[in-house]
Amino acid sequence: MDAAVRELSYAQAIQEAMAIAMDMDERVFLMGEDIGVYGGAFQVTGDLVERYGTDRVIDTPISELGGAGVAVGAAVTGMRPIFEFQFSDFATLGMEQIVNQAAKMRFMLGGEVSVPVVMRFPAGSGTGAAAQHSQSLEAWLGHVPGLKVIQPATPHDAKGMLLAAIADPDPVMIFEHKLLYKMKGHVPEGHYTVPIGKAEIRREGRDLTIVATSIMVQKALDAAAALEGEGIDIEVVDLRTIRPIDRQTVIDSVKKTSRLLCVYEAVKTLGIGAEVSALVAESEAFDYLDAPIVRLGGAETPIPYNPDLEKATVPQVPDIIAAARDLVKGVR
Amino acid sequence: MAGASKAALDSRANLPFVYRQYSPEQLRQVLHKMYLIRRFEEGAEECYMRGLIHGTMHLSIGQEASAMGICMPLAEDDQITSTHRGHGHCIAKGAEVSRMFAEFFGKTTGYCKGRGGSMHIADVAKGNLGANGIVAGGIPIAVGAALSSKMMKTGKVVVSFFGDGANNEGAFHEALNMAAIWKLPVIFVCENNGYGMSTSTARSTAVKNIAERAAAYSMPGVIVNGNIFSEVAEASFKAVERARAGEGPTLIESKTYRHRGHSKSDRNRYRTKEEIEDWMANRDPITLFETELRDFGFIDDQGIQAIRDAVAKEIADGIEFAKESPAPEIATLENYVYTEQA
Repeated sequence: MDAAVRELSYAQAIQEAMAIAMDMDERVFLMGEDIGVYGGAFQVTGDLVERYGTDRVIDTPISELGGAGVAVGAAVTGMRPIFEFQFSDFATLGMEQIVNQAAKMRFMLGGEVSVPVVMRFPAGSGTGAAAQHSQSLEAWLGHVPGLKVIQPATPHDAKGMLLAAIADPDPVMIFEHKLLYKMKGHVPEGHYTVPIGKAEIRREGRDLTIVATSIMVQKALDAAAALEGEGIDIEVVDLRTIRPIDRQTVIDSVKKTSRLLCVYEAVKTLGIGAEVSALVAESEAFDYLDAPIVRLGGAETPIPYNPDLEKATVPQVPDIIAAARDLVKGVR
Repeated sequence: MAGASKAALDSRANLPFVYRQYSPEQLRQVLHKMYLIRRFEEGAEECYMRGLIHGTMHLSIGQEASAMGICMPLAEDDQITSTHRGHGHCIAKGAEVSRMFAEFFGKTTGYCKGRGGSMHIADVAKGNLGANGIVAGGIPIAVGAALSSKMMKTGKVVVSFFGDGANNEGAFHEALNMAAIWKLPVIFVCENNGYGMSTSTARSTAVKNIAERAAAYSMPGVIVNGNIFSEVAEASFKAVERARAGEGPTLIESKTYRHRGHSKSDRNRYRTKEEIEDWMANRDPITLFETELRDFGFIDDQGIQAIRDAVAKEIADGIEFAKESPAPEIATLENYVYTEQA
């Protein structure tokens, strides 16, 4: 197959990144619940246990707090663990180790250690799994100095950012939207990295900047394509990293388009959209704004079970189209 | 036991474990370090009273035999995780009191460059991965360090110190279970001083002895008198041998007592003056060890006085070093948050 057009799913891209990292560095190993023969709840680890054995693909008991702590301890003492939370919602069970230990250990010890741990979080709604298996909690962790928090939106970035995360000396939290796992896209072979802390302009435009994260990037692109026929030219910025956030790319884009719409799946209030809005409002881009900043985020509710209610909880393409059109036409 | 003649060995045959296992010089060093821990904490307390140290601190005065006994069989590159009551562990694992004082004074020469203070004191070079402000927070980390040891085949043994309060945290149970199923070279040391802050173990803990909880994780559970150095060191020695042989973890419950309150805000309303005075007068670990050393002929009054004098000087010098050390520049505030920053 021609390497230039090789396509993998987002899940396959992550699996390939982990395999490459394990081939390159014997310190890299995987831990998590049912990541061995089961292959992971979303088949991301797949058959890696057959290739690397149970010493490097370790099924943990259902112990998120202890498991996260073991990963932190292994990272501090020379290993490079990748810890999979089966669902990002279970971060709540491991929060102590993530927030109090992993994020702060280097700082508390005056730089005497690094904590090169990667934690993976299958996140988001759309699977009918209801309120405790569908949340988007990335902003919680994005609030913690010492962590890096990334949300790759494409198979290409999933592989490249995970490889960057594994090479990073500090704890990196990677939020993977479950609905993206089957998304196919071009993924180069071999080792490459996509830098943490750098946003990507997915589509250039002059009328409106949409800053989107994770699955909302594709939805924003779909909305932009739909509005093209109406003569509305939208720029889509894929934020990719929420800590450290790439302020400059956002500011430069808004200076160009003079309008900002933030789109994210997590609950709207106190979310990443507030941060992006504020960083623009605090910057020189504020003077360029021709319209109020608008946020489209998740409803102020847990994720419901009923599929129609579930869809209505998070921004969909028509919502983005309507908000973008209103913004550009001056309705807002 | 280099240098010990056969006659000397024979004469020790009926003595407790440590007197057979370690040389007189090593044992005098233990007494030296027990005094160093005691005087360090007294010195830190005094500096706190005089306003030279801010924040709070948790003193382990009365628990010195536990820290020293557990660390006695450890090699320099073996590792520990410690607790908020961790000054003794830090010194027992080899830290210098001057750099500990400097940390308490918030100075750049401190072990954590003034970022950690008492509650996060560490000495990574000597294998102390750090005290911890979260009860039971260090236990899974110790298991992770032991996993590293096993995966990298370094032969290192890891000790996780924690208090009686930690045994009711989920992290304790999750960590012990994983250490047991993976047979990791880790030793769990519960220093049971009778109270989790103000709540007694009788009121907080369903089992009479915390060591009983080892049965739930198929590992040996050992109870020792934490105020008798030899008892603690013997239990630790066996646990270290077991861990190094790849046979898995041990839970040691070291029953002890803290003479001081939980922290500087403690008014000691949950225990009686009589109880505290009884422990201080009749079960002080330094007095007990010193008496044994003297009775067994390992040291005389002159030797004890020499240790006390040397420790007093070390403490005075340490405080002076801390006072004279530079404070961190405000411009360095964000250092050490991320590796690329500093």
